[in-house]
Amino acid sequence: MTQQSRTDSTLFEKVWQRHLVREESAETPAILYIDLHLLHEVTTPQAFAELKKRGLRVRRPDRCLATIDHSTPTSPPDADGRRHYVTGQAQAQVETVQRNCEEHGIVLHGWDSPNRGIVHVIGPELGTTQPGITIVCGDSHTSTHGAFGALAFGIGTTEVGHVLASQCLLQSKPKTLGIRIEGKLAPGVTAKDVILFIIGEIGVDGGTGSVIEYYGSTVRAMDMDGRMTLCNMSIECGARAGMVAPDDTTFDYLEGRPMAPRDEDWDTAVTDWKTLKTDSGAEYDAQVDIDATRIRPSVTYGTHPGMVVAVDEMIPSASANESITAALEYMEFQAGKSLADESVDVVFIGSCTNSRLSDLRAAASIMKNRKVADGLRVLVVPGSEEVRRAAEAEGLDHVFTEAGAQWREPGCSMCIGMNGDIAAPGELVVSTSNRNFRGRQGPLSRTILASPLTAAASAITGKVSNPQQFLEVDND
Amino acid sequence: MTERKTSPDLIIRSYTYNLPVENIDTDQIIPAQFLTTTEREGLGKFCFYAWRFNEDGTKKDINPLLDHQPDRHRVLVAGSNFGCGSSREHAPWALLDFGFRAIISSRFADIFRNNSLKNGLIPVTAEEHIIRYLHKHPDSIVNIDIGRRELTVGDYGTFDFPLDPFSVFCLTRGIDQLDFILQNEQEISAHEQRYSK
Repeated sequence: MTQQSRTDSTLFEKVWQRHLVREESAETPAILYIDLHLLHEVTTPQAFAELKKRGLRVRRPDRCLATIDHSTPTSPPDADGRRHYVTGQAQAQVETVQRNCEEHGIVLHGWDSPNRGIVHVIGPELGTTQPGITIVCGDSHTSTHGAFGALAFGIGTTEVGHVLASQCLLQSKPKTLGIRIEGKLAPGVTAKDVILFIIGEIGVDGGTGSVIEYYGSTVRAMDMDGRMTLCNMSIECGARAGMVAPDDTTFDYLEGRPMAPRDEDWDTAVTDWKTLKTDSGAEYDAQVDIDATRIRPSVTYGTHPGMVVAVDEMIPSASANESITAALEYMEFQAGKSLADESVDVVFIGSCTNSRLSDLRAAASIMKNRKVADGLRVLVVPGSEEVRRAAEAEGLDHVFTEAGAQWREPGCSMCIGMNGDIAAPGELVVSTSNRNFRGRQGPLSRTILASPLTAAASAITGKVSNPQQFLEVDND
Repeated sequence: MTERKTSPDLIIRSYTYNLPVENIDTDQIIPAQFLTTTEREGLGKFCFYAWRFNEDGTKKDINPLLDHQPDRHRVLVAGSNFGCGSSREHAPWALLDFGFRAIISSRFADIFRNNSLKNGLIPVTAEEHIIRYLHKHPDSIVNIDIGRRELTVGDYGTFDFPLDPFSVFCLTRGIDQLDFILQNEQEISAHEQRYSK
C-alpha cells in the first residue's frame, strides 16, 4: 500500500492492490482476495460437489450471498402454493443450491425471502455491493457491480470452487481501458443506448483482456441504475470488468441500506471510498473517447451486441462481411432497410441490465394510458422482490397490465430463457436484456436489444420504434 | 471443477476440423436450455446443439459439424473471438466431451480461455494467416506441444503460441490449482487480519 501510494494509479489498480494476497510473479499469477462471492443455482452445483469430494468446507460463508434467479418460474405459485418449473431438472437445480447453502451456512435469498431477485440486482439493493471491494460470481454479468467502484467479474465453476474453499482466486493482472464519455444525453437516450453505442464502436472484442473504467461528465450525471446498466454490458465488448469511481451519487444510494456500514463506520467508509478514483497522473493502457451528444436511441440488428444502429437508421450494408451477411440472414433483415418496418412479436422488459425501478418507470412513462399493439406479447419482469414492491407501490404494475402487458415475478426470465420464458422459433423480440445471440431467447428466436424506452415504444406501435416520438407528444 | 489430470495430452496430434465462424458465443457452444444440469459430465451431446439438430431433435441434414469424427478431429479451428458471452464452464465441458482437446482461434474471450485451461482444453491463439491456411486446408494434421507452446501446422510451419507459464506448469506437472492456493493459507489469513475481514 505504501509503495503504491507514492505513484499515481488508476481506480482499478487501487482496488487490485488492496486485495493482493500474493503478488504476481514471472511464474505465478497473483492470488487475489475476494470480499464478496455471489452464488446462484446454475453455476454452483458442480463446485459444491467438488468441495464435498475433497472434504473441504466453505472458508467464509459470511462472505457469500446466494439467490435463485435463472431457473425459477416467473409465474405465481398455484392455489396450493406450488411453483411450476419448466422441468424437473430446473427444480432439482434450485433445490440443490438450497441444500448446499443450508449445509454450508450460506445466506440464501430463496422463495421465502423478501429480497430474492436477480443476483446483480439484489447485491446493490442490500448494500452488500460496496466501493473498493472485490466481487465475483459464476456469471459474466457480475461486471454490473463495478458501477460502485468495486472490482467485479464473472468466473467459471472451477473458480467458484476455488473461492468457496479459499476466498481467493488466481489472477493475471488485466490491462486497463479508459472510456471517457462527455456531453449531455438527448431526451430519450439512456445508459443502455450509451453502452450499445460503445460496443458498436469498439466491437465485441474491443475490451478483451481489460478492465474498463467509464468516466466523464455523462457518467457523473447518471444515477446508479444507469451506471449499473453501463457496467453490466462491459462483458459484451469482452472486458473482464467495468468500473465507475464512486461519488456522492454512489454514497447516497448506499446510505441506510441493510448491509451498508452504519454510524461512525459509515463516515470512515465514505472517507476511504472518496480516495477510490484514478489519480490525475495515472494512465490507462488504452483510451477511447465517446461524444455522448452523438448518441441516439440504439438497437442491435444482428446476432451479437456489437451490431448496433440508431433505431431509425438503415441497417448497414453487409459489404463482403460474412458475419454480417450471416447475421442478417438469420435475423431475416435486409441491409439498407430500416428496422422501423419490422413487426415485433414479443417485448421483454427485464434482466440484470434493465429491470430496476428506474427502468420500469421509463417503460411505464410510455405505456401509461396506451395499449400494447394487437397480437404482441409483452413481459415485464422486475429484477427483484424489492423492485416489485416499489413498482407496485407506485402502481406501475397496473400501468403495465392495463396496457396489456404481463407483470411477472422477479427473475432472469427471457434474457436467458432457462425457466421456460422463451420466444417461439422465428419470433422477433425487442428486449432490454444484454445478448442477441442466435437462439438466446429460445431456439431460432430473433432478438433486438434496446432500452426500456425503446422497448415500450415498440410494444405500443408493434414495430421497432424510436421512443422520442412519445416523449415529444407527452411534452406538448 | 476438478483440475483434471490431463497429462496424457501434453502433445496433441490430430486432424483439424473447421468452423470458420467469428464470435462463436457460449450460447452456440451449449444453449442455455441445457444448463439446468447439476452434473459436468455427458454434455457433448448438447455441443453446438442448435447447429446440429432440428427443433424436433432430429439431426440436420446440412450442418457444420456433420463431418466431425470425434476420434479423428480433436482440434477445432474457429474464427476470431471464440467463446464470447457467458461464463458457463459448461462450454469447455461440452467441447471436451464432444471430442475436442484444443481450439485454434486468433482470439479467445477471457472467461472461456480461463475455464478451458482449468479443464485441460487448450486455447491456441494463432495469427490470422495460420487460421486462413487451416481454413483453406481442412483435415490438416497439426501438432500442439503444450510444454513448448508450439503449434506445428503440416508443412506450413511451426509457430509459438501464448500460454501463461503457470498454466503450462500446472498442465505439464499435473498441479492442482486449488491446492496451490490453499498452500498460501498463512498469507490468506494475514490478509484477512490486516484488513480486519
